[in-house]
Amino acid sequence: MFAIEVDNLTKIYGKGETTVTALQDATFKVRPGELVAILGPSGSGKTTLLTCIGLINEPTLGTVVIDGTTVADGGWHGGIDLKRMRREKLGFIFQAHNLIPFLTAQENVMIALEINGLTRNEAKKRSVELLSALNLGHRINNYPSALSGGESQRVAIARALANRPKVILADEPTAALDTENGKNVMDLLKKLAVENHSAIMVVTHDHRMVDGFDRIFTVSDGRITDEKIS
Amino acid sequence: MNLAIRDIRYHRGRFILTSIGLGLLLGVVISMGGIYRGLIADALAILNTNKADIWVVQQGTSGPFAESSRIPEESRYRIAAVPGVAAVSPLAFQTIQIERSGKPFRFFLIGYGLDSFGGPPDIIAGRNIRQKHYEMVVARAMRIELGEKITLGQNEYTVVGISENIVSSGGDPVAYVTLSDAQEIQFKKSNHAIRNDRAKIGAGVAGNKALSPQQAELLKQNIIAATESTHTVNTVMVRLVPGADLKETQERIERWNRLRAISDAEQTAILAKGMIEKARMQLGLFRVILLVISGVIISLIIYTSTLDKIRVIATLKLIGSQNRVIIGMILQQSLLMGVLAYGIGYLVILLTYEKFPRRIVLEAFDLQMLFVIVMAICTISSFVGIRKALKVEPAEALGG
Repeated sequence: MFAIEVDNLTKIYGKGETTVTALQDATFKVRPGELVAILGPSGSGKTTLLTCIGLINEPTLGTVVIDGTTVADGGWHGGIDLKRMRREKLGFIFQAHNLIPFLTAQENVMIALEINGLTRNEAKKRSVELLSALNLGHRINNYPSALSGGESQRVAIARALANRPKVILADEPTAALDTENGKNVMDLLKKLAVENHSAIMVVTHDHRMVDGFDRIFTVSDGRITDEKIS
Repeated sequence: MNLAIRDIRYHRGRFILTSIGLGLLLGVVISMGGIYRGLIADALAILNTNKADIWVVQQGTSGPFAESSRIPEESRYRIAAVPGVAAVSPLAFQTIQIERSGKPFRFFLIGYGLDSFGGPPDIIAGRNIRQKHYEMVVARAMRIELGEKITLGQNEYTVVGISENIVSSGGDPVAYVTLSDAQEIQFKKSNHAIRNDRAKIGAGVAGNKALSPQQAELLKQNIIAATESTHTVNTVMVRLVPGADLKETQERIERWNRLRAISDAEQTAILAKGMIEKARMQLGLFRVILLVISGVIISLIIYTSTLDKIRVIATLKLIGSQNRVIIGMILQQSLLMGVLAYGIGYLVILLTYEKFPRRIVLEAFDLQMLFVIVMAICTISSFVGIRKALKVEPAEALGG
């Protein structure tokens, strides 16, 4: 079974004469454990692709299947619980890490676990495991404001991994980091893709960061124009 | 995980300061309720202390507290003879303002018969009045020492006792003297006026050539005695024998004596509803306005706090958080702010209410009702924030 199946995915913004086609006929499949990079200039449609797969943006046409569940079929699939899908099957990593400022590093991971139904003790235990695995065991009680950019991004990765999602979507995860920290984060994602058997799709405009990715899509004017396989 | 508590913990300075501001506002609301209850308690204090069944006043008046009432003192004997009456007590009273330590000093002076009820409540220092003249008992709130002398009218009165606090319907502390002293203070004319009146009466009688000198002198003495008499009271309190019919006794007193007999319940209504109705409405209106202001402030605080958290809310939605988690965070913050503000307001009033110039009576029911209202306001106020939060799209979490 594929982690992601996308067929003729199209996203058109606006109505009537003022429509903008942000994404057109995207078709691909991603296996569990595969690491996929999406490259392209600003406004090319790479984030639109990510948000359509991430169940944030409703596709206009085409189908999206996540871990065997059809989530979009010319619009959202009838009866699909988007929040539940996002909670259980997807993990998100953002450019600005988006940690909740009033929660400690540990609580930022715990919140993802608790809203997925884990008890407080279970969430506590798993969050410590995850943060320790990402070398943040000594920072669990620190607020995001006290963490460096690299540390914050690692907490965000721990949160994304918390519920063992089938798919991890990362939007410019290294954009706010220096080269060394950016490289470390990318290496970490590669390692996690293998260990957790999760499909990881990373949007980036930095070609230097995609070494070692299984596949690299290039998006231009809303179309996937190139696909390289390592 | 309770997000509301964690947000408050992180922004505790802002939260506490906001709650203090709101708490002071709620303190004013609580104090206004207390002032209103105090007005009622003050208005009814003399009634409750005396425990009279009927207040007999001048016919056609709503006296003795709501308007002026003057009746002859001897009517007490006629009233005492009415079937069903157990005891009567005539009272004379007036509000007096004197100069004390260079400042105006106002109090309510009650004159009562030493042989009947209507005197001061519990004496907490000194003793009750024993002599027929020139002794005085004052309420604790007057802050007058035992043995102090107060000049009222043409005489000096010695404070022999301090009573528990009691105030008039106007909120002035009460002092007690004997009935005859009170009558003298209230009704006796000044020496100059007496001399003037006597000269006028003398001249008028002397001008009547039909009278012999003896008859003229006798007439003059009678007229002077009548005009200088102080045997007038403002009311006669009546206590009934057990089982006596109140209505019937009232009717009998009114029928015979051209007086008005007001039952204790009617007197309570006159004082509570009539005299303080406008004050009640005024205070009620202020309270409503302040509660509306509190509601608007809470709404604004919650709304701006929600705006501050748009990205947090979007992130929560993106990671699959249920709406109840987000609604709970906003609603709980609003309610916690309300609880803290109410607590601060209550504490402020609790620590200061005795220092207010007017009596503040805090009743548990009023406080409970206000708490419920504050919680309702917080809940309603949080709707604007919740509405905004529910409209936030998860996509807003993306981007730099």
